[in-house]
Amino acid sequence: MKKNGKLAQSYLVVVFLVLYAPILYLTYYSFNSAGTMQGFEGFTLEWYKEVFHDTRLFIIVLNTVVIALLSSAISTILGVVGALAIQRVRRNRPRNTLLAMNNVLIVSPDVIIGASFLIFFTMIGIKLGFTSVLLSHIAFSVPIVVLMVLPKLQEMSPTLIDAAKDLGASGWDVLTKVVLPFLRPGIFAGFFMALTYSLDDFAVTFFVTGNGYSTLSVEIYSRARHGISPSINALSTLIFLFTISLVVGYYFLTRRSSRKPDWGVVQP
Amino acid sequence: MTRTRNLYLIPYAAWMLLFVATPIVLIVYNSFFDVEGHFTLGNFQKFLTPVYLRMTFNSFWYALLITAFSLLVAYPTAYWLTRTKHKQLWLLLVIVPSWINLLLKAYAFIGLFGTYGFVNSVFEMVGIGTQQILFTDFSFVFVSVYIFIPFMILPIYNAIEELNPSLVYASRDLGASPWMTFRRVVFPLTLGGVKAGCQAVFIPALSLFMITRLIAGNRVVTLGTAIEQHFLVTQDWGMGSAIAVLLIIVMAVIMLMTGNRGARNTIR
Repeated sequence: MKKNGKLAQSYLVVVFLVLYAPILYLTYYSFNSAGTMQGFEGFTLEWYKEVFHDTRLFIIVLNTVVIALLSSAISTILGVVGALAIQRVRRNRPRNTLLAMNNVLIVSPDVIIGASFLIFFTMIGIKLGFTSVLLSHIAFSVPIVVLMVLPKLQEMSPTLIDAAKDLGASGWDVLTKVVLPFLRPGIFAGFFMALTYSLDDFAVTFFVTGNGYSTLSVEIYSRARHGISPSINALSTLIFLFTISLVVGYYFLTRRSSRKPDWGVVQP
Repeated sequence: MTRTRNLYLIPYAAWMLLFVATPIVLIVYNSFFDVEGHFTLGNFQKFLTPVYLRMTFNSFWYALLITAFSLLVAYPTAYWLTRTKHKQLWLLLVIVPSWINLLLKAYAFIGLFGTYGFVNSVFEMVGIGTQQILFTDFSFVFVSVYIFIPFMILPIYNAIEELNPSLVYASRDLGASPWMTFRRVVFPLTLGGVKAGCQAVFIPALSLFMITRLIAGNRVVTLGTAIEQHFLVTQDWGMGSAIAVLLIIVMAVIMLMTGNRGARNTIR
């Protein structure tokens, strides 16, 4: 295929600049001793020190990570079970109903998910806080995991299972030694997807978190509403670095596992 | 496969019933009650008053604007991205900003667009003078487009990647100009990606509330903001539910019109 012309290249450069401008801007002013997002006064690490000494913030980060890991682990298990369930339903109608149900939470706006869960938790008497946030994160992650695992499951040849059974494997053996290893890429993808959704979620959490319990995005929201605070800048720089390191790690991980050079692929 | 009882279905179906069906039923149920808990149709009547109708119109108008601008920026980006060297790496770089918490990005724009922020100092330098950017419709649309751009680029990118390049060559061989090739061959064949992208942007754009609060400073009131307001501020759950129910109906119509594919999960 043809290479891009000058115009195309400059367009892409502009798009990338705009995409990264806010992030770089935040990072730049996290070192500003004036503590504002204008007029760079001098270099300082004070705000980073403040972030590391802020125990409240530390607890909130811990909350966020615990919720993310727990919810994605549980939703991965439920999602795999769900995918196996949907796969086994042979008739079209109930199967489509299940798939449609599965898609409801994926396409619903976060505000509606949050509002309906708020009503739900209040009605059945679950106190708003850790439990409600965890349950709602699991709830919106399960369908994502199902959607990541299901295609892999459909890809699997049924003869694999027949062969395992012929060779004397019990139902449990078939599941743990044949099906699950085959599904592993899908399961991992689902887990990471659930993790990022959970870490990124604001709207749903904002609805179902009560007083006293907070996750990172809710905390950032309430701080940002009070105007500019340099510790958010420092925090976002740290989050950005963490994200980048995850991406780089993921990049090398996928590179090692598949010998195919699928990064920077050859042009068709 | 032998006919075994579908044991997986029980936990999955129970979960879906509890966390998908029940909340929706509850939100519909709630929309028929007023603040004091009496059965009423007043919430829907109230919705038909000019205040709410204008709000609905506004939400749709802004969501449409956001979708249109996202498409306008994203299509050329995706198109030219597929023709760069190391396109996988570039694509990853497009996706990375979408992993950064949405609120941090919105927060960055408070600094960028502020009265003494970066954009205004550039304006000052080129002689336009300081403008009020924050808390305007422009800033709201801009920030929303910024946030949704990766969600638009990815499906379009995938659609262009799937396009068989020999079709493009054939069209060129048959004497079509580059523009004609694009208009008659490339664009129609990638319409699926465009649709998926529009869906992934339009529905969340209808219900944004954190950006309206942070960037538009309550100037722009969308349906999402109204739901949040009714649930968390005025505690009028009935009215909030009624708005949510109408939003759900609208969403369902959009899904039916564009063909339901969970487009949101194509990213991250």
